Amino acid sequence: MGPLFVRALLILLAGLGLGWWLPKWLQFMLTMAMANGLVSLGIVLLMRGGVVPFGQGLMAALGGYAVALVFMHWGWSDAVGLPLMGGLVAMLVTAPFAPLLARYRGIFFSMLTLALSMVGYGMLVKTESLGGSDGFNMGRVTFFGQALADHQVGFTLLAVTLGFVVVVGVLARLYFASTRGLVTRAIRDNELRVEYMGGSVSQTMAINFLLAAFLAGMGGALAVMALGHIDPNFSYWTSSGEYVFVAILAGSQSVVAVLLSAAVLEVVRSFSSLYFPTTWQFALGLFLLLVIRFLPQGLGSLWNRKKEQAP
Amino acid sequence: MSGLLLHAQGLHKRFGAVVAAHDLQVLIRTSERISLIGSNGAGKTTFVNMITGYIPPDEGRIEFDGQDITGMNPRQITRLGVARSFQIPQLYPTLSVLENMLVAQTCHDNRLSLWRAASTAQSRERAETVLSRFNLLEQRHRLVAELPGGMRKLVDIALAMTGSPKLLLLDEPTSGVAAEEKFPMMDTVMQALDGQQLTALFVEHDMDIVSRYCDRVIAFYSGRIIADDLPAVALANADVRRYVTGERDPQEASHA
Repeated sequence: MGPLFVRALLILLAGLGLGWWLPKWLQFMLTMAMANGLVSLGIVLLMRGGVVPFGQGLMAALGGYAVALVFMHWGWSDAVGLPLMGGLVAMLVTAPFAPLLARYRGIFFSMLTLALSMVGYGMLVKTESLGGSDGFNMGRVTFFGQALADHQVGFTLLAVTLGFVVVVGVLARLYFASTRGLVTRAIRDNELRVEYMGGSVSQTMAINFLLAAFLAGMGGALAVMALGHIDPNFSYWTSSGEYVFVAILAGSQSVVAVLLSAAVLEVVRSFSSLYFPTTWQFALGLFLLLVIRFLPQGLGSLWNRKKEQAP
Repeated sequence: MSGLLLHAQGLHKRFGAVVAAHDLQVLIRTSERISLIGSNGAGKTTFVNMITGYIPPDEGRIEFDGQDITGMNPRQITRLGVARSFQIPQLYPTLSVLENMLVAQTCHDNRLSLWRAASTAQSRERAETVLSRFNLLEQRHRLVAELPGGMRKLVDIALAMTGSPKLLLLDEPTSGVAAEEKFPMMDTVMQALDGQQLTALFVEHDMDIVSRYCDRVIAFYSGRIIADDLPAVALANADVRRYVTGERDPQEASHA
């Protein structure tokens, strides 16, 4: 595990060093990309077990609403504590549904998660105390009790998000190589045999679903902290679709590929909306088609293929 | 005489109008090598599926190692020491042979963990020990999807053997295997079993395999047991010759 921690530390230090010199707009874009990448990492975790959720937008919204409400009503503003709380809230709220969802596969799982997220979206839109369809604003976070000046906010949020991403990335790598991670891949191939060997398929899938909810809640919380605003659109199905887009772009083999894909989405979105404001989804769709055609296993297969070819 | 391992009493199973099992009474003792024979639809696989918990019997009781396992699910029954291989190998095709073995180890040992590495020096060594018994050691890094049919059968059986089961059920281990590979493959399987104190039940259609590798034969016809004896005796039984092996009785043949 030594090299993994060393690599993670180097990425963290390089990211912090680079982030310090970046313009504010790019700091913000990277912060959003990493926050969205966390949500998509949860989808990748589920994809490794053979299911694709279309409701992670709601989980992200749960994390976002939780931190914004806690900030507004209780005045808790810590940039490190809030994302953890957002993840925890998303996980706890979705926990009762995990045993049910763990029983479904394929299109049924996808549609069930989509349906649940749209029910949640409808409730958020109709709840006036949460700002209805307009949502509400969240103030500026603090860093271990220190108020942040204008010029510090962008970098601090980037640094906090990067810190979470690196820690989560290391934990995800450990999980992918763990016994449960391996059994998750086995479930995708042949769940009947897993049961015949004494493994619990439903338990494994339920735990994966909870972990994905935690990551989505954390990602949503970080995004809301950067945006300073939350509204029900976070939970709308198109938002969930974008998270799935990133996961498909990345493939299920690499954590770094997920973050890279999230960054690609942000770049394509930003530049396409600048130059083709009404048709930027067209550019996004075209890009995804090219990836599916030439890299069906996702961006992560680029370096995994090289590893396999190495003597 | 060896101890009683499995006792099936009065098993009945119907699928609509089809009687798949009718009042099956089977006693299996430790270390026996038993072959289940019968034509397609005779009830052999239904019997295996009932023992492994894949389908529950409509009536009857199954005791394994002194414990009532009727109605238990496959996972619970596997944990008690019953393992099976499948007529069509049930593997994890996108994983390597070694990873398949590691999945089997993890599930059997109930060591599902969020942080414990699946591949450690100890777990690999244990998996490789089983693979070497099946002459699969050199294939351990190949994806299962790339293996030929005979090797997949062996991997399927190796997976079942991982947990050191007390009872191993092999559903047509030589089906789909080329004729010239059947005996070498069965030799490999039997050598692997010989190192273990386990009881084996084969569902088999090839009578040469049955008479060579088993010390007892249970013949099925239309959901009923029509013979349960030593291979030489059972295969000479008139009902077995008529309904299972398809040979005509010598007396009938002379009248024709």
